Amino acid sequence: METKKFKYVYDKPEALVDKVTHYCPGCGHGIVHKLLAEVMDEFGVREKAIIVAPVGCSVLIYDYMNFDGCEASHGRAPAVATGLKRVHPDNIVVAYQGDGDLLAIGTGEAIHAANRGENFTTIFINNAIYGMTGGQMAPTTMENQITATTPTGRDPMDVGYPIRGCELLNSLEAPVFIERCSIHDFKNTLKTKKAIKKGIKNQIEGRGYSFIEVLSTCPTNWGMKPQEAADWVKDTMVPYYPLGNFRDN
Amino acid sequence: MSDQILMKGNEALGEAAIIAGCRFYFGYPITPQNEVPAYMARRLPDVGGTFLQAESEIAAINMVYGASAAGARVMTSSSSPGISLKQEGLSYIAGAELPCVVVNIMRGGPGLGNIAGSQGDYFQSTRGGGNGDYRQLVLTPATVQEMADLTVLAFDLADKYRVTVLILGDGYLGQISEALTLPKPTGKVFDKPWALTGAKGRKPNKVASLRLVPESSLEELNLVLDEKYKSISANECRSESYLTDDADYLLVAYGTSSRICREAVNELREEGIKVGLFRLITAWPFPAEALRKAADKTKKILTVEMSLGQMIEDVQLSVKDSDKVDFYGRSGGMLPETDEIKRRIKAYGN
Repeated sequence: METKKFKYVYDKPEALVDKVTHYCPGCGHGIVHKLLAEVMDEFGVREKAIIVAPVGCSVLIYDYMNFDGCEASHGRAPAVATGLKRVHPDNIVVAYQGDGDLLAIGTGEAIHAANRGENFTTIFINNAIYGMTGGQMAPTTMENQITATTPTGRDPMDVGYPIRGCELLNSLEAPVFIERCSIHDFKNTLKTKKAIKKGIKNQIEGRGYSFIEVLSTCPTNWGMKPQEAADWVKDTMVPYYPLGNFRDN
Repeated sequence: MSDQILMKGNEALGEAAIIAGCRFYFGYPITPQNEVPAYMARRLPDVGGTFLQAESEIAAINMVYGASAAGARVMTSSSSPGISLKQEGLSYIAGAELPCVVVNIMRGGPGLGNIAGSQGDYFQSTRGGGNGDYRQLVLTPATVQEMADLTVLAFDLADKYRVTVLILGDGYLGQISEALTLPKPTGKVFDKPWALTGAKGRKPNKVASLRLVPESSLEELNLVLDEKYKSISANECRSESYLTDDADYLLVAYGTSSRICREAVNELREEGIKVGLFRLITAWPFPAEALRKAADKTKKILTVEMSLGQMIEDVQLSVKDSDKVDFYGRSGGMLPETDEIKRRIKAYGN
């Protein structure tokens, strides 16, 4: 019996491991993982790729990516990525970091790797909260946002204002690409993929440091349903963290 | 003797690292080890290597972690307060079973202390300054020649066991200039199938210490590490016994303080007093068996340190009769004095 030949028009990326993730329903990590895997496939660089995992909910990203992976201690992914990339300049190194990782405990490493113009790509997931430890205040937690450690809401007079990562790095000379995206709807998710693709392309071409911030959702720790969480990104985060490209040299 | 050259301890160590095949160095300035990064910055580009001044000690040790995960021979150096900052990274390196060489040119502490040589970091070096159940191999050079020789050895030991090898020197040893013969490369090659090089034609490699399941996973890793540490303890103890065979009294020391002890031994021997020196070359694993042997027939053991008593605990644990272990130490950058060692040995009398 002859089987009819179908053409695959949409398939699981080869760069993604076929397994169920530990992420909560409505979490943005799974979406961004998949976008990254698709980009790796589209450039055909899966066998050259190395993912550097953060500490946080996405600590197990190396179990979901079908390429080499490296753990880093909390906040140190940019330093670990620096070491990897300096040894293997032809490999494709991605530092995947959360908001606590990149803008609290690891601010020094993040700024200095960017300032050196290290030729790797950072994907920065900003969901305005610490997810893994149970919903504490992040450096990007919004004003008045209630978290486990700001039970009456974040008071900027007490703990400061939320930090804008793209704007901070945009004061440096070296980075070649800085963009803030969001995955709260399909249109923005596609824009996110486009930005990740540019960041990886820059690295393949040896052009230097690329930084992609992704506004993402944490329905569990925000105490919201997935759609409410997506709406909260659009209505509360986007006005404070404007989307768009900051630099594309 | 024609192949002898004059070098500073810190620079001899840097050249030896290059001889050993180290092509990556990450570090941060701190006195009294600044000659190491300066030497590496000057020399590594000549041999196609990479020198990078990190933004902090923490960043430097994590760059070491990344470069080691990538399969490279890599080194960092620092001095006491900087080594404290590296402890988190050293714990992760142990958990991920990565090989690397770390140099501590000790200075006085606690805190900022001062920049003079000290041996105050023995506990931190041998007990593990970072979190969790782990060990690191600790080599204790006493001369500029040994700074070089033990550095070459350190890279082989690190690769062989996939551990951190700590070279524990002090500010005096780093700064003195002595004649030495540069060591030769050992030529040993270690396969690193675990290294992150891109998953071409193989399953993805992962370098990580996270083991979320206690029973089937983390305890399993701890037991694997324990086997490795037992093997290191069985095979890598190193020490020197100087004039110990007939000794009535024994001095125990390492590094710079052992040089002062050696002088005291020579002078006391001239006076007919039978005294010997047991010198550590590895502080972990501690050469307990060799010490027991050297100490067996002695009447008294004087532990001499540039601290107020750290190594003495290992000496007491090693010898049969811990009551005969005495202590003399100076701290804060001060050196033990030959005359004081002699006075104490004579006071044990008959």
